[in-house]
Amino acid sequence: MQARFLSRPRPPVALPPLDSPEWHSAFRAFAWGLRSITQTILTIVLFVTYLGIGALAHDTHFSLAWALASTLFVWAGPAQIILITTLGSGATVIQSAIAVTVSAIRLFPMVVSVLPLMRTPTTKRRELIFAAHLTAVTLWVECHRFLPQVPRERRIAFVHGLGCGLVSVCLTANTVGYFLAANLTQTLGAAILLLTPLSFLFSTARNSREIADVVALVLGLVLYPLAAKMNSGLDILVSGVVAGTIAYGVHFWREARA
Amino acid sequence: MSGFLGDWHALAVLFVAGVIPNQIWRMLGLWFGGGIDEGSELLVWVRAVATAILAGVIAQIVVQPPGALASVPDVLRYGAVVAGFVVFMLTRRSIFAGVVTGELFMLAGKWWLG
Repeated sequence: MQARFLSRPRPPVALPPLDSPEWHSAFRAFAWGLRSITQTILTIVLFVTYLGIGALAHDTHFSLAWALASTLFVWAGPAQIILITTLGSGATVIQSAIAVTVSAIRLFPMVVSVLPLMRTPTTKRRELIFAAHLTAVTLWVECHRFLPQVPRERRIAFVHGLGCGLVSVCLTANTVGYFLAANLTQTLGAAILLLTPLSFLFSTARNSREIADVVALVLGLVLYPLAAKMNSGLDILVSGVVAGTIAYGVHFWREARA
Repeated sequence: MSGFLGDWHALAVLFVAGVIPNQIWRMLGLWFGGGIDEGSELLVWVRAVATAILAGVIAQIVVQPPGALASVPDVLRYGAVVAGFVVFMLTRRSIFAGVVTGELFMLAGKWWLG
C-alpha cells in the first residue's frame, strides 16, 4: 500500500483540487499561498540573493533598517543592488534614481501580464494594489505555475500569502547576511557577495528563451566594462540601453526575414 | 552610519531613488495594463533593455567588486563565473549546480593561493 503511494506520480504542484473545501475561505487560500514557498527552488535562490544584498548593504555602510526597508518597499532584487552599488560607488541620488528607474521598467510588463490571472469581472482595481506591489520576477514566474491550480476567486488571497512568505524569507536572509558580513572572515564574506552575480546570471540565463533575451544578456555583460571606462556615473544605463537596443535589432531583423 | 536605523538622509535617498522608481512602473502596469498587448514590439525592446541592465549589474559586481569581494584576485572572480556557467550549461541549466560550482571554484582558489 505504502509502496504504491510512493510510486504514484507527483502532481506538478502540491495543492488541493480546485473543488476542495480548502478553498472556501480566503484565509485558507492565503495559508496555502504561504505554504507554497516550500514548493519552489526559487525560494532558495531568493534567500541566497537577499543574503548577498544584506552583506552588500553592510559592506557599503548602510544600516540594517535601511536594508530591510529597501526589501519591504522596493521588493526588486536587481533594483536594490543597483541602488546600493551606485550609491556606494559615489553616484548622485539623481544618477542612481535614473539607473533604478530604467531597471524597473521590466516590472511594467510583468504587472500587465500577471494581474489578468487574478482578476474576476467584479474585481476592483484597489484590490489588486498589494498584488501589484508584490510582483517581481519570482512571483511572476510562480504565478504562472501555481495559479492554474487555484480557483479564480481565491487567487488574490493566494498571491498575498505567497508574496508575504517570500518577503519574510528575504527579510530573514537580509538580517542573516548583514550580520554574517560583519562577523565573518574576509573569504566567507567574499563568498556571500559572489552569490549575487552567480544567482542573477544563471536565473536570467534560464529565463532567456527568445533570441533578444540571450543577445541582451551576453552583450550587456560584455559592454559594461567598456561603458565603465567612460566613468559617467550612468555606465549601467549606457551599456544597458545600447546592448538592449542591439538585441532588439537582432530580434527585429530575424522577424523581418522570417 | 551606525546603529539599526542609520541616518534619516539615507532613508530619504532610499525613498527617492529606490521606492518611487519601482512603484511608478508597478502602478502604471496596474492602471494602464489592460490596453497593452503582451507580445507588442515595445515590450520586446523594454525587456531586452531590462535584461541588458541586469547583465550590467552582474558585470559591475564582478569587475568592480564591492567590500570583501575586492580581496579576491581578478582571475578567481572571472574563473568562478566561467566555471559556474559551464556547469550550469552541462547540468541542463541547473541554477543550484552553477552557483555551487562558482563558489567552490573561488573558495578552492583562495585556499590554494593561500
